[in-house]
Amino acid sequence: MRSLAALLLLGVPAFAEIPPERAAELQHIVQQDCGSCHGLTRKGGLGRPLTPEALAEAEVEGLAAIILDGVPGTAMPPWRPLLTEAEALWIATHLKLE
Amino acid sequence: MKSFTLLAALLLSTPLWAGSDDLTATGDLGLVVERGTGSLVLIDRSDRAAVARIEGLGDLSHASLTYSPDERFAYVFGRDGGLTKVDLLERKIVARTVQAGNSIGGAISDDGRLVAVSNYEPGGVKVFDAGTLDLVADIPAAGKTIGLVDVPGRRFAWTIWDTGEVFLGDFSGAEPKVTLLGNAGKNPFDAVLTDDAHTYLIGLFGEKGVTAFDLWDAAPQPVKFLTEYGKTGEDMPVYKMPHLQGWAFTEGQYALPAVGRHELLWVDRDSQETVATTQMHGQPVFVIAQPASPFVWVNFATPLNDTVQVVDSRSHEVVATLTPGKAILHMEFAPRGAEVWLSARDDNKVLIYDTHTREKLGEIAAEAPSGIFFTARAHQTGL
Ligand code: HEC
Repeated sequence: MRSLAALLLLGVPAFAEIPPERAAELQHIVQQDCGSCHGLTRKGGLGRPLTPEALAEAEVEGLAAIILDGVPGTAMPPWRPLLTEAEALWIATHLKLE
Repeated sequence: MKSFTLLAALLLSTPLWAGSDDLTATGDLGLVVERGTGSLVLIDRSDRAAVARIEGLGDLSHASLTYSPDERFAYVFGRDGGLTKVDLLERKIVARTVQAGNSIGGAISDDGRLVAVSNYEPGGVKVFDAGTLDLVADIPAAGKTIGLVDVPGRRFAWTIWDTGEVFLGDFSGAEPKVTLLGNAGKNPFDAVLTDDAHTYLIGLFGEKGVTAFDLWDAAPQPVKFLTEYGKTGEDMPVYKMPHLQGWAFTEGQYALPAVGRHELLWVDRDSQETVATTQMHGQPVFVIAQPASPFVWVNFATPLNDTVQVVDSRSHEVVATLTPGKAILHMEFAPRGAEVWLSARDDNKVLIYDTHTREKLGEIAAEAPSGIFFTARAHQTGL
């Protein structure tokens, strides 16, 4: 239950709202779709590495905002058309944990 | 000496003209990248079947490969910086080197003697002996290297994402000669060489447009075109960078993916004027000409990647819309165009379509397949 404890520490309320089937889909999106720019193992590509070490200093809310709105002027696209805020928080949390 | 005695025994016991079931020709073989598991599926195009799986190639997201001139060996370029040489006859890895932290693709020289790899981290190009994979040259760059292609005369061209610089490297002499050709523009995302090795085309992400260098010219100059497309209306997010390796050259035109728009752009090869725009189902990723035909096949970025469209290069109209499977990542044509093989990543299948009826002929199981590469690529400049 390490990850649950960590989640509680991070205090992400939206986490519980993601049903398991959707969570599996999100995991797939992170690996495959984010992976096309950040690498399947998230060690980086056109986009920077998204490993827990690389994101150690980053805040979950800040990461979720980047995921939703992208980084203007770079190749990082806004995912708001495809993801809800709760889902972006879930992904941000997932990125920091494993 | 075991193999010698075995061979001798075979020679003694088998009349020479009888042939042997053990012999394999490689002309109709191909490799499918299984991106998540770091493996390759060896396929037989004529039998429409998988014949072997080769494992242990590392991180194969965004992997590509090229073939030796005899179509026996494949050089696989992995995301993790791995360069792996695979023997299609022995069906195994024969050499592997992890030559950088993060790489994106590669090319083989026209004479088949050198293999070059373009790297993201640290940026630059490394050139290896195709026989041994020994390092021959190391050319650092000020950023991520993209669009590496082979140019006749033991040369390679490449471009830097961060700076827009375009280089031509000549490896025919004892020492490599690297020339800065010029600047392509802001954030070039990929580049391609026309099959006649005449024009090196570089797609731009950071600004609108495509930059062309005439490599038949002794002193090539950058020529920018398509700088005006989509000036009206908002661009859409780009969830996957288009690939240029299959950029279609057909009917005297380039068929190019519009970045940030659900459009295909048709440009006259001579005048570089835009001739037409085709509205498409999604953001095009690969735009590939069906050999010996007027048709171009297009797949799309996520989340619209369950669809493939066929466009007629004469009318610029969509003539077919197929929904072959989930997450169609790549398309590879049989060299004479009879079949197209599609990888359906999320269905864990490679699908085989007849290009004339556009009906499915068969399928092959593969774990999250991405790139499909037939050995006929061995004889194509720029691949
Ligand atoms: C088309 C390419 C592309 C795709 C697809 C993509 N990214 Fe990015 N991403 C980038 C680039 C490029 C940057 C770096 C921007 C910069 O230079 O600051 C980036 C930056 C980021 C950052 C900020 C990292 C940091 O250290 O500040 C996060 C977080 C991120 N991406 C998450 C994601 C997630 C999650 C997905 C999938 C839902 C995704 N990205 C898909 C290209 C992409």
